[in-house]
Amino acid sequence: MTKAASIDIASVSKIYGKTTAVDSISLKIPAGSYCCLLGPSGCGKTSTLRMIAGHESISVGDIRLGPTVVNDLPPAKRGTAMMFQSYALFPHLDLIDNVAFSLTMAGMTKNERRAKALDMLTLMQMEAYADRRPAQLSGGQQQRVALARALITDPEALLLDEPLSALDPFLKVRMRAELKKLQKSLGITFVHVTHSQEEAMALADLIVVMSDGRIEQAAPPREIFERPATAFVARFMGDHNVISGRSAGGADGLAQLSIPGASTFAAMGTASADNQPLDIAVRTDRVRLGGPVTKGLGFTGIVSNIEYRGATVKITCDGAGISDFTAIISDKAFFATTVSVGDAVPLNWDAGDAIVLGRLDA
Amino acid sequence: MNNLLTRATPYLQATPLTLILGFFLALPILLLVLVSFWDYDFAGMYPGFFTFNYAETLGSWVTWRTYGNTLKFAFLVWAITAFLGFWVAYFLAFHIRTTAMQMVLFLVCTVPFLTSNIIRMISWIPVLGRNGLVNSTLVSAGVIDQPIEWLLYSDFAVVLAMVHLYTLFMVTPIFNTMMRIDRALVEAARDAGAKNWQIIWHVILPLAKPGIAIGTIFVVTLVMADFSTVQVMSGGQSASVALMMRNQMSLLQYPAAAANAVVLLVVVLVMVAGILRIVDIRKEL
Repeated sequence: MTKAASIDIASVSKIYGKTTAVDSISLKIPAGSYCCLLGPSGCGKTSTLRMIAGHESISVGDIRLGPTVVNDLPPAKRGTAMMFQSYALFPHLDLIDNVAFSLTMAGMTKNERRAKALDMLTLMQMEAYADRRPAQLSGGQQQRVALARALITDPEALLLDEPLSALDPFLKVRMRAELKKLQKSLGITFVHVTHSQEEAMALADLIVVMSDGRIEQAAPPREIFERPATAFVARFMGDHNVISGRSAGGADGLAQLSIPGASTFAAMGTASADNQPLDIAVRTDRVRLGGPVTKGLGFTGIVSNIEYRGATVKITCDGAGISDFTAIISDKAFFATTVSVGDAVPLNWDAGDAIVLGRLDA
Repeated sequence: MNNLLTRATPYLQATPLTLILGFFLALPILLLVLVSFWDYDFAGMYPGFFTFNYAETLGSWVTWRTYGNTLKFAFLVWAITAFLGFWVAYFLAFHIRTTAMQMVLFLVCTVPFLTSNIIRMISWIPVLGRNGLVNSTLVSAGVIDQPIEWLLYSDFAVVLAMVHLYTLFMVTPIFNTMMRIDRALVEAARDAGAKNWQIIWHVILPLAKPGIAIGTIFVVTLVMADFSTVQVMSGGQSASVALMMRNQMSLLQYPAAAANAVVLLVVVLVMVAGILRIVDIRKEL
């Protein structure tokens, strides 16, 4: 139905006065993929999206949509369409006129544009509400109308600015599934800005984790989850314990990390030069309670908090120079033990579950 | 006792406003209506129920011509202040980037209001007069041979002074409405390919309508009730409904003036009702 465009961001920066919101990022988003820009607020993800959309000028660098450099094109000439955070539906127009807005601007005749808009509303299953105003709709319905309005221009890429943040948790999950389905059926490129890891994991073919205007890691969800590139990614995704210390050499693909005066740990990867700062990550769900502690692959910690989550239990421990070390264990394993807050428990993990994290060049 | 107090509380809370509105709004209007049915001569007023005050007011071609003239002023002043008000507010709301600067410029708009209406009105006289600033400049520049007569003491002067006096009443509500327009709507329109004039026509103007309606109510009611501007700026050559009433009062024809006032009140209320029917301003209040 429509063709998808790849998006190529080459050394793009966004500078406001003296602050750099986006710092020389480069990223290739393949045509027809679902890309999530993920990061905490103020990390530059929205600025990046708005530069792709053309609502923000590019300070340095080039953005290509397909083969075309779009730096100086107005939003409507780029082949992109944007869906705004609060949907930005026109409150004074009914749904048909909202969806047909861009066609009205282009000067299409009334009957033709109304017919097209109604088709688009039908695709979104909103045709029954065609003559209502946006204020009369629920959040999920408004989102569908906003999607219809964005898609009526047959964009090659759809840009979504935190599209699910205005919805309640239950609806969020449902609309998330609808977005994914829509992207699959349309086959166009989606770029979706979010601060929710869960959302990004569920939707994306490509997750781009950003912090401080820079890209920490751009990879498929599985790689982001299993092999976070930096300590920031590991912490932000929340499925790893990050242990920081200094490098103590290493061999055979195993690096040694030492926390001076406390302990040493081993992790898969190449160590940095001796005594340089080093971070390693340990999967929280692979930490076991009890058993003998293998040197370098475990320690004895004091339980500081226990959080029951149903199928799993989250246990937080301090010890061996590490604070807030998290172990997620199954409820079955937890109830087989008698651990309570204040107890000293042995924690250990397999060699394959600890990896060395990289650092961004400053 | 306690129960009684609980039930009385809402009434007690409403009492101050009821008293104020009762004494200063309801009672005067009631008296006005009452007096409009009285008889009078040069010496006094005679209570009774006579309708000839209305018959004389509505039956006189002078009244109709005066209403025509007042409505003409109202329309001209409304059209000009609405045009100016929209663009000034649009500039302030959408083209000034910082809120601080917006507030500074908005306060600059209100500076003329630090002086009284009369002074602002009279200060036009040395500007527009036969030997005033405008005429003497044009004559000495050789643009015209004779001073332009219609600058002062004319309908032009009346409309000019009223526009000067009342434009802010249009700017303020429109600016207020425009500040509430979600900026994302402008971006959404631009994303949909709207040009600047299309954004103004299809998004900003419709969303600013409540502000325009409130400004319209202010300006129309002010112009309809104006007598000083018309008298001073037209040099007594033009009439307005309120001026007609003032003349009647100076001749001690209070019942006639009261009847006239009731008619004006009805006319203005009908106009306001008409505006409210066209535009829903409730969400602005």
